[in-house]
Amino acid sequence: MTMIFGVPVAVFMGQLMLGLINGAFYALLSLGLAVIFGLLKIVNFAHGAMYMLGAFATLLGMQYLGIGYWAALLLAPLVVGALGMVIERLLLRRIGHLDHLYGLLLTFGLALIFEGSLVNVFGVSGARYPTPEALQGGLQLGFMFLPTYRAWVLVAALVVCLGTWYVIERTRLGAYLRAGTENPALMQAFGVNVPQLITLTYGFGVALAAFAGVLAAPLYPVSPTMGSNLLIVVFAVVVIGGMGSILGAVLTGLGMGLIEGLTKVYYPEAANTVIFLVMILVLMLRPAGLFGKEA
Amino acid sequence: MTFIKKTLASSIAIAATSMMAATAQAEISDGEIRIGYLADMSGTYRDLAGPGGLEALEMAIEDFGGSVDGAPIEVMSADDRNSADVGANTVRGWIDQDNVDLVAGMVASSVTIAVTNVLEDNDKLGIVSGSAASSITNEHCTPNHIHWVYDTYPLANGTAKAVVDQGGDTWFMLTADYAFGHALESDVEKVVTDNGGTIVDRIRHPFPTEDFSSYILQAQGSGAKIVGLANAGADTVNAINTASQFGLVQGGQQLAGLLVFLNDVYAMGLETTQGLLLTTGWYWNMDDESREWAERYYERVGRMPTMVQAGIYSSTMHYLEAVEATGSDDAQTVRSYMMEQPIEDFFARNGRIREDGRMVHDMYLAEVKSPADSTHEWDLYEILATIPAEEAYRPLSESDCKLVND
Repeated sequence: MTMIFGVPVAVFMGQLMLGLINGAFYALLSLGLAVIFGLLKIVNFAHGAMYMLGAFATLLGMQYLGIGYWAALLLAPLVVGALGMVIERLLLRRIGHLDHLYGLLLTFGLALIFEGSLVNVFGVSGARYPTPEALQGGLQLGFMFLPTYRAWVLVAALVVCLGTWYVIERTRLGAYLRAGTENPALMQAFGVNVPQLITLTYGFGVALAAFAGVLAAPLYPVSPTMGSNLLIVVFAVVVIGGMGSILGAVLTGLGMGLIEGLTKVYYPEAANTVIFLVMILVLMLRPAGLFGKEA
Repeated sequence: MTFIKKTLASSIAIAATSMMAATAQAEISDGEIRIGYLADMSGTYRDLAGPGGLEALEMAIEDFGGSVDGAPIEVMSADDRNSADVGANTVRGWIDQDNVDLVAGMVASSVTIAVTNVLEDNDKLGIVSGSAASSITNEHCTPNHIHWVYDTYPLANGTAKAVVDQGGDTWFMLTADYAFGHALESDVEKVVTDNGGTIVDRIRHPFPTEDFSSYILQAQGSGAKIVGLANAGADTVNAINTASQFGLVQGGQQLAGLLVFLNDVYAMGLETTQGLLLTTGWYWNMDDESREWAERYYERVGRMPTMVQAGIYSSTMHYLEAVEATGSDDAQTVRSYMMEQPIEDFFARNGRIREDGRMVHDMYLAEVKSPADSTHEWDLYEILATIPAEEAYRPLSESDCKLVND
């Protein structure tokens, strides 16, 4: 059997594939964070909680309202996104003129409240969400058995990431957004409703997290703490990519998934720390991140 | 041996009383029995003990009548957040300021080891119900605690031996990379090799891990018949779920969960867990006596109790009986009385407390039912065999505990 660094090629390829899938998750989550930070300058610590709420909306929607997976894929981001807009409108806007630190503390507090209330009701063991019927089973790729659902996650996440990048960087709406955050007074003078634009953007960023939550529901136990575990890693990804860089977030997300995947083969003990090592290196060599612009 | 044990116990008691001249031995201090309940109330291990364990403790006190010889029983509780520091500081505060007589609960092994040191320094009593590490009554034993429900030794001895006996002689170990995982892994390795099996390969994964797909893929590539999970709580749940997604069992391999709690099986569902072999200290549906207690518990809590929650009730009862019989809440007086009394209740069969503080009792090998065989949502296990108390735990002849002089 051909070997790569002492590991059979088949195993190596399988690990790359899994790394890519995890990377797609990181990309989707860090994309939402990057959009919110890049356009609104809010360090959204509630992002993990929104991801978790997306998964819970999916689970509870099925249990109490009979809403299936495909409908949840659309509805859960809408509901959670709407919640995000309420938060922006009622809370974040009031501290918009203050230092970033206040936004960070506020969103962190919100995350703790959401998490704590759900722990009280549901406990922490988490509940199972069944894999949708159309995506059960798996594909025999030759080098590995790939569950169909994971292949779907990869495709869905990539499509949404690219779509978001396209809207923000290549369309008129995106141009308004970028201009509105660069110079809100000027945009308002042109007759653009900037506060509304900001509310919608925050809602959209949060909806992306909720979308990732729906994708995660059949993969991991749906539990109130699922978001906080992931959030720190995602923040590291955003820092490596460069705060606010959209393409940077997506590419770094995928890249970190791959690096983590390979670590799991060669030195599994370090799998949880490797991303932070990369972060330290990047901060030392390029403080603005791989894709960030020097301030 | 008993002579040495008693002289040791009494010398510690004398030392303690001479330090605190005001404490008379055959009396209940401050006219109250104070019990502190320490557990993970909000994190990974919440559902196996947590608030449900506190409820079991309170149930025991109510059933006992709420007081001992007119001295009321007070309960306080705290969340240790799975941190040894938080746990030890909480208990120090309880002892210094609140005069707590007994610390109950105790889940994460690292927290327990830190807390039992504090208990030993202050000569107070602790009953450990949630922890797994067998080292708690081995190299970390103290004359101030008792380990009640289970530990890693019978887990390995029960599950691994049964699996090897059924022909599962090649193992791939997936181990949580911290003290508890390492202890369990080495206990399993010993059992597997002693019974003629081999460990093909092992992976130590970080604690906690969300995504097990990579490790499961490596386990599939190893060709081992059995994939042994030396982890607990959410890690085990995630590993089993991922194995099911990747068709590990359909591929001809079998999983052996070495520490699986009732709430884990309930959370994963029978579709995913059916056929899983596990060792448990107690199961709510194992006989009439257990069922009767479990149903009372269910009415209060809305969930069936885990072995840890049942053990908290059982150990609290045994403690309160000892306080009543001796008329004292002095740690050594109560502990020696508890050791003299056999333990036979809805939870423990053939139970007794050894000099190392280990409460040995019958353990059970169980198999998770298939969805077709299960009659309702909590009908989860089939008990396959009973492991007799005296065989289940690490024999005293192999003990490194300072209280055992062989």
